[in-house]
Amino acid sequence: MDILRTFIATMPSTLEQGLIYAVMVLGVLITYSILNFPDMTVDGSFPMGGAISTMLILNGWGPVPALLVAALAGALAGLCTGLIHVKLKVRDLFSGIIMMTALYSINLRITGGMSMVSLPRTATTLFRNNAVSDLLPRSVAVIVIALLVVAVLKILLDAFLRTRAGYLLRATGDNEAVVTSLARDKGTVKIVGLMLANALVSLSGGILCQQQRLFEVSMGTGMMVLSLASVIIGINLFRRWDRVRNTTAVIVGSIIYKVCYSFAIACGLRPSDLKLVTALLFLAVLSAGLIKKGGKLHARA
Amino acid sequence: MLALEHVTKTYNPGTIREMCLFDDFSVQFKKGEFVSIVGSNGSGKTSLLNILCGSIGIEDGHVLMDGRDITREKEFARSRHIGRIHQNPAVGTCASMTLLENLSLADNKDKRMGLRRGTDKTRVDTYREMLRPLDMGLENMLETRAGALSGGQRQALAMVMSIMTPVEYLILDEHTAALDPRAADTIMDMTDRIVKDMQLTAIMVTHNLRYAVQHGTRLLMMHQGDIVMDVQGEEKDATKMDDLLKVFNEISIECGN
Repeated sequence: MDILRTFIATMPSTLEQGLIYAVMVLGVLITYSILNFPDMTVDGSFPMGGAISTMLILNGWGPVPALLVAALAGALAGLCTGLIHVKLKVRDLFSGIIMMTALYSINLRITGGMSMVSLPRTATTLFRNNAVSDLLPRSVAVIVIALLVVAVLKILLDAFLRTRAGYLLRATGDNEAVVTSLARDKGTVKIVGLMLANALVSLSGGILCQQQRLFEVSMGTGMMVLSLASVIIGINLFRRWDRVRNTTAVIVGSIIYKVCYSFAIACGLRPSDLKLVTALLFLAVLSAGLIKKGGKLHARA
Repeated sequence: MLALEHVTKTYNPGTIREMCLFDDFSVQFKKGEFVSIVGSNGSGKTSLLNILCGSIGIEDGHVLMDGRDITREKEFARSRHIGRIHQNPAVGTCASMTLLENLSLADNKDKRMGLRRGTDKTRVDTYREMLRPLDMGLENMLETRAGALSGGQRQALAMVMSIMTPVEYLILDEHTAALDPRAADTIMDMTDRIVKDMQLTAIMVTHNLRYAVQHGTRLLMMHQGDIVMDVQGEEKDATKMDDLLKVFNEISIECGN
């Protein structure tokens, strides 16, 4: 019973986290599912967004401009991964690992060497001490704001995937030969996709740090695994419903993932076991036969 | 005009498996020609197409398009002028996208790929009219994903896509080889019509000697990186399948096949 009580008590924060991580999962949907690119940059660009947003707020920036800078920096990280892959012809997985490793040190540079930075209770964040959050009751403020952010980003991404550029992005992941035959450089499309994806990932890290009021340098570890699990859960769950867009599916996937996660924690695992839970949950998702042969999933618009 | 001049192409250079395919190889394809190329496996037919399209590089020599040296031009840049159909019907279309999305993609080839709507709704009827003459029912399947089509349907869609925007050259790489005989005939008829209507310069590699004889204005036979037969005009019209088979067998016997 205790397990259930703890599980239910943590439900609001589970939903909050699920929604905030969903922003990152939308990014990974672009690279993994649409572009078919296993982008490990995520483990570095996620904490980078957190570091940037935290440090900017400490320096008196507003929460939204801080997040915009974080997203921009994420796009830059994606640009680097893309250039390494396309111009230096490094394999996709390795390009991401190189950037992920480099970003660990860069993140520490951003924080001035501190591996942990916290924001004071009085700091203005997306969720606290601002005009919108003050209107809402404290208990639902985070969920409502997170939901709004995710909804707006989802709608924007859906709209983007229906543009000419969005078509090209989807074509690149589906069949590079078609992109070449359209007289377009598939490398450029990949770079743009990686920029977009990592902007979302970094934005997600920034939002999370504003919600937790805490940046921690190792917060990126396992983020790729978490996102992949969410994408796979979401897409497979709605495989039979053609009307549900993949963007919606992966947001639900992200929340389900967090629910499973918090259930595992409620069962009495220690906080230090978290990454183990991340890994095991991913393994469970993969071995449950949810992933199709070859692991290639394609996104619907 | 498309041309190769003094081209040298070596596979696996510097290794024990080094294989020189083309050594000082030259060929010209004039405007408006419809060239069929036949030859045994490894004769260099597909390599020739790959060099023309820029899919593979060369060690020496030049590739010319309308007198312009395009040796260093990337494959995607050459695609502005060259349409290409591959042997595998899956290569020419995006399986996860609908027919309408595939056609829209092709329609946007010459436009800016910005944030405008991917599908121009006012063009849907035009797309239908383009698909109707194929008589494959594709015009009623615009919301179907291309991956659900049969090989013949997919190849037909790929062909419509490749000529959606004006190109001057059409490269056909055994584009009927993976299809059943009926679908293959349909695609060949379609090829003839397109080449004629759009006044394209077409280069078709085929293993089907009947197609090589019946279609096109010029016929090349290749063997071990050389052109061993080159007929056009009346001479081509007079060439029968038997003549072709005879030459084909002669060179094959030389090789010990």
